[in-house]
Amino acid sequence: MRLRDILTTGFAALFALAGTALAQPAPTSITPDLIAAAKKEGKVVYYTAVDVKVAEQIAKAFEEKYPGIKVQVERSGAERVFQRIGQEYSSKIYNVDTVNSSDAAHFVHWKREGWLAPVVPEDVAKHYAPAYKDPDGMHAAWRITLAPIAYNTKLVTAAEAPKSYADLLDPKWSGKIVKAHPGYSGTILTQTFQVSRDIGWGYFEKLAGQRVMQVQSATDPPNKVVSGERPIMSDGTEYNVLLLKQTGAPIEVVYPAEGTPLVVGPSAVMKNAPNPNAARLFHIWSFTVEAQQKMVDIGALRSAHPGVKEPAGRKPLSEIKLMKDDPAEVDKQSEELKARYTRNFKT
Amino acid sequence: MTAETLATGVGQRVRHRLGRLDLSLPVLVATAIFLALLIGLPVAWLIVYALTNRSGAVTFSNFSTLASDPAFTEPLVTTLILCFSVATAAAVVASPIAWLVSRTDLPGRRTIRALMTASFVTPPFLGAIAWEILAAPNSGILNQMWRGLTGSPDPLFDIYTLPGLIFVIACYTSPYVFVLVANALDRIPADLEDAAGILGASRWRTTITVTIPLVVPAILAGALIAFLQAMTLFGSPAILALPAGFHTVTTKIFSLFQYPPKPQLAAAAALPLLVITVMLLVTQARLLGRRGYTVIGGKAGEPRRLALGRLRIPALILVLCVLSLPLTLPYAALLKASVSSFPGAPLAAEFLTWRHVNFVFIEFSQTRTAFWNTLVLALGTATLGTMLALAISYLTARRAIAGSRFLEFLATAPVAIPGIVLGVGLFLSYTRPPLALYGTLWILLLAFLTIELPVAFQQLRSSFHAVHPELEEASRILGAGRLTTLARITAPLLKSGVVAAWCFIFIGVVRELSAAIMLFTANTKVLSVVIYDLNESGDLGAIAVLGTTMLLITFAVVGFANWISGVGSGVRLRGG
Repeated sequence: MRLRDILTTGFAALFALAGTALAQPAPTSITPDLIAAAKKEGKVVYYTAVDVKVAEQIAKAFEEKYPGIKVQVERSGAERVFQRIGQEYSSKIYNVDTVNSSDAAHFVHWKREGWLAPVVPEDVAKHYAPAYKDPDGMHAAWRITLAPIAYNTKLVTAAEAPKSYADLLDPKWSGKIVKAHPGYSGTILTQTFQVSRDIGWGYFEKLAGQRVMQVQSATDPPNKVVSGERPIMSDGTEYNVLLLKQTGAPIEVVYPAEGTPLVVGPSAVMKNAPNPNAARLFHIWSFTVEAQQKMVDIGALRSAHPGVKEPAGRKPLSEIKLMKDDPAEVDKQSEELKARYTRNFKT
Repeated sequence: MTAETLATGVGQRVRHRLGRLDLSLPVLVATAIFLALLIGLPVAWLIVYALTNRSGAVTFSNFSTLASDPAFTEPLVTTLILCFSVATAAAVVASPIAWLVSRTDLPGRRTIRALMTASFVTPPFLGAIAWEILAAPNSGILNQMWRGLTGSPDPLFDIYTLPGLIFVIACYTSPYVFVLVANALDRIPADLEDAAGILGASRWRTTITVTIPLVVPAILAGALIAFLQAMTLFGSPAILALPAGFHTVTTKIFSLFQYPPKPQLAAAAALPLLVITVMLLVTQARLLGRRGYTVIGGKAGEPRRLALGRLRIPALILVLCVLSLPLTLPYAALLKASVSSFPGAPLAAEFLTWRHVNFVFIEFSQTRTAFWNTLVLALGTATLGTMLALAISYLTARRAIAGSRFLEFLATAPVAIPGIVLGVGLFLSYTRPPLALYGTLWILLLAFLTIELPVAFQQLRSSFHAVHPELEEASRILGAGRLTTLARITAPLLKSGVVAAWCFIFIGVVRELSAAIMLFTANTKVLSVVIYDLNESGDLGAIAVLGTTMLLITFAVVGFANWISGVGSGVRLRGG
């Protein structure tokens, strides 16, 4: 490390510390005033990358808790949500109140642009580990998603099933793998970053030679596995696999030996939110034990809230070997990763 | 749609006095200015963007970047192969059916015509999704049946391939060929065939040497529309080509808007589509312009039907098999998906569910907004578009004033602008002052109005040609102004044409995706965009429920429009 780099890093750390000390806004709790103000607005627009059926159920729980406030769910892939907000903001269209994305790097970008409002939900201030919240109070990890491997239990036996990313490159899986797209899905962009960092880009070059079926959303590969269209998914969301398994569909998850990509999905309130009070109310509520437990129970997602209990039969996070997330680095490499991916996979 | 544009032969029979107050000049000028802006603005911005770099300096680098990048040239070649194959397939399949329906004693002719109309109402992207359910190589219902029957490990048909894409697009473009050819066959007078018969030709020989050559221009016009559709569709290739790992030009243009957006490159990539379309239209005009096909249009006698004899039933079975491809099979697949608990679930009681229906109508917060926006836009565009097309076709069909030819050109020009290209152009035009329309329904209305205008205009202009000017002259002689005459005499005579144009636009708006995908925002989402979004996350059940509801509403509205106007027997699809 050169002297300049050491100084830069040192200063950055110093500033970050100073920032925490000075700018960390006071935690906000749900007050009758806030509820009344939110009801006056009557609506909150929620841009999210979480599975649409899960998002709508969270919205329904909120609407039941606070009657008179409608949640408008706008679901798309994280990268598409990011593109949409950028496109709308550059035309001075402020539709979005609160946003959840599976690409934590987006929050690095939005924070830099000054688009986020500092709101620290009470639960986040009290219970969340520093790794899961922004020191300036701009965002916090609303959900944690894993991007494992999965297989169709009718078409592949547990013994045959791939155990690692290396196994997926076996010629016997040629034409049998489905995967999602990092240009659409934040989960997959994060996964692509972590896997290429830990085991090298060579994995993707070889995977591209496996005649993979390319879908867009990380929520889709589990569908394709269940329908038998492809017996294996090389990436996709853990929660959709678990949800399908609950309906009796023939699917099983595999946590790869090299480690399972860890996708932190933060939420934030926009500074230009058209319904600022409803946005704050929804945001604060969504981090309560009640909402987080709901997300885990009905959405099969993982929570960063220590008060949430893992349902029986689900492998706890602590028992899974996880890859490390690094949103700042994803923010830097995002364009390059997508370009390389397009070169190798052609779409 | 374009065949008749070019085959105009109405002389300037009507001479008008200009003495009294006549509103047609201001109407003409206002319409011309509106049209010029409507079409000119997006095209102008496209050209500006294609020729500038990010800092606004003039450059050709956008084109050289694209020309040297296989990631763009490959999709261009794929698109050309796709277009030629679709045009050929649609012409080869639809023309014989049109002939069977129009000129033979095939049983159930009327029903078959109506079913062809139904396949026109089906949005191509919905058809593509349904065909995924049917013919995905492993989970596709048809492939599973094939494997079950033959024990073969290989699929019968893989929909995620270029031939698969050609097949699906051809399914939903062949109605255009069918309509044009069937209408042309209807209008061939019997005298010519009788003449051949008197000279000793057999019925079959007459068909081959007289009837078919007379409809060649209609077949060509239909193939041209199929070609243009294949080139400009966005949904079907996005659904079927991307999983297989290849792009067409439209999906490539769309991907250029991913972050960080590259509007300059997208504009440059859009121009080749524009150039190809203009070249095709010019070629067609040259080709048809040289020969005289004036016989089509006159109606001297009832066309004679050829008796098929023993071939009647085999012919019917053949036609029904062809119709099952765009209709029966996809609709059955969608119905199954709407009640299956997970994709590919077997049809057994334990896997049946109302979950998707419940999700779409109760939980999904976009359902209401999307239905409302789609309905408002479809009704609004259909009404405004019909009025506009009526005004233009009156001014041009009656050659009332000098300058009407220019108007005619403007009203037909949007044919040359693919939806996604128009979407890019409108986005570039209306995201800046003075008309910052992006984010409102207005920008979508402008897009749909532009896209649908040519069809409505062609439809109404051919209706105008059928109304004899003498009736109007009588009214004018008796002292009525031109507009009064239009309202009291011409309009009632045009009723069926007007209803048809209105329905055309309505259907077109409901199934439009390629421009909408560029222009929607959270509050201005339409159904096609919602369905496309759901497809990207593989929510087949919800798509199936939304899609079938959307079709039912379209049929209901079209049926109601026909019933209330007393046109009755259903819209006769006429490519015009």
